Amino acid sequence: MSKVVIPRLQIERIISALKEGKRLDGRNILDYRDIKIERNISSNAESSVSVKIGKTEVYCGVKMAVTAPYSDSPNEGTFMMTAELHPMASETFDIGRPGINAIELARVIDRGIRESGFIDFKGLCIKEGEKVWQVFVDVFVLNDDGNLFDVTGLAALIALGSAKLPVYNEEEDKLEHKRSDIDLPLNKELMSFNMTVYKVGDKILIDPTKEEEDIADYRLSIAFGDNNGEARITALQKGKAGVINTEDLNSILKTVEDKYKTMFPTVKKLVWNE
Amino acid sequence: MVESLYKIRIDGRQFDELRPIKTKVGIIPSADGSAMFETGGTRAIAAVRGPRTLHPQHMQDSKTGVLRVSYGMMPFSVWDRIRPGPSRRSEEISKVCEWALSSVLDLSAFPNSVVDVFIQIPQADAGTRVAGLNAAALALADAGLPMREMISAIAVGKCDKTLIVDVDKAEEDFHEGEGPTDIPVAITSRTKNVSLLQLDGKISVKELAEVIEMAKLACDKILEAQMNALKERNGGTDDE
Repeated sequence: MSKVVIPRLQIERIISALKEGKRLDGRNILDYRDIKIERNISSNAESSVSVKIGKTEVYCGVKMAVTAPYSDSPNEGTFMMTAELHPMASETFDIGRPGINAIELARVIDRGIRESGFIDFKGLCIKEGEKVWQVFVDVFVLNDDGNLFDVTGLAALIALGSAKLPVYNEEEDKLEHKRSDIDLPLNKELMSFNMTVYKVGDKILIDPTKEEEDIADYRLSIAFGDNNGEARITALQKGKAGVINTEDLNSILKTVEDKYKTMFPTVKKLVWNE
Repeated sequence: MVESLYKIRIDGRQFDELRPIKTKVGIIPSADGSAMFETGGTRAIAAVRGPRTLHPQHMQDSKTGVLRVSYGMMPFSVWDRIRPGPSRRSEEISKVCEWALSSVLDLSAFPNSVVDVFIQIPQADAGTRVAGLNAAALALADAGLPMREMISAIAVGKCDKTLIVDVDKAEEDFHEGEGPTDIPVAITSRTKNVSLLQLDGKISVKELAEVIEMAKLACDKILEAQMNALKERNGGTDDE
């Protein structure tokens, strides 16, 4: 639908505050807004969560079904992620089939999770070559005030981290309408999470508001996991038409590696509900 | 009279008893109005955007604003996952909800504009369209749009020969005797007119008249919950 035009004066205010290393809401350039989690927002889901960072809020639910495996991986379950950028959440979103922004969002978060090895796909096999668990992670955006990538990524991890398998009746080949107490099989130590940096003016910042996001030259989403105390990258996506010079890339990687060290324990606590 | 096979409600409620209601107004910061309405295991959220200029231009009405309603269920809201996006069912429900809300909304002050109402169901245990309407009416009031009256809605049901209000999923699946009948009804708050009416099942004419009376009584209770939610939003002042 309509693209929101940010007045030039407002852009100048944002940029000049950034020059001082400040944001209009008082944050430093590498601060996240407050993170609020509400679990079990939907009792029919295998797990569900609302994640709020600042005013951005998404709902995320895990559903599972039994399906035939892909022929090239007969002993592995399947994973699919969707995101709905519903007009409820922003005047810039349209109704109908997912557009490119929703598709990109879901695919970037999907890759970060899939490539990390967090989901134990072999553990999702019921009968090799015949039956495997299919895991759906569906995200619905309630309110967009920027940084949907990180909010969606965190919501997906929390939902996966608390999902329980439904009861599967193998003889009758049907799912009972109840959940077991068996956890969704995960390789917990392989978890990686997505942090997205934005180039606004001549500064690199994280967790942008909608306004900051809209005036960014580019964004870079980086999924980070832990490899014996070292940060390991499991997915990358550069978004928007701006280009990254080598100096910026090096500084981004150094910056986010530092930020990762403080954020990863926080993310782990949220995912494992500690 | 032949006795009904549905004697005691599965969750122990009286036949005319509603599930516990929870409401909250103002849940989506970027919307012009928003609300949550929960009854038992069914929760609906609604957001209002507008009035804003309607595009394309040929859809505009130079005499009045236009209401558009979109209803949908989140993929994880039910046991069997729903594919995201519109379906035949959601399109039809959107339309009947649009008619129901149009009957009380006065958009004559906003020619050539559109008001969008988005209803979403994060968690479903039957009665989602009526919960959605209750949330939508609250969201429209929250948006400060001129309404001639409020709307409250309820699903009345029949399990075999027993009439019940606020049907849940287990009751919707009652297949003994005459089976289940589902009758979503919306009632306007002051004139007590019917602004939404659908039926799925089997019922006598006499029973249907009874259904409407039960719906009116139930909607009085829902209206009370709605008005309390709005008062809370306005910090205790009542300005219907």
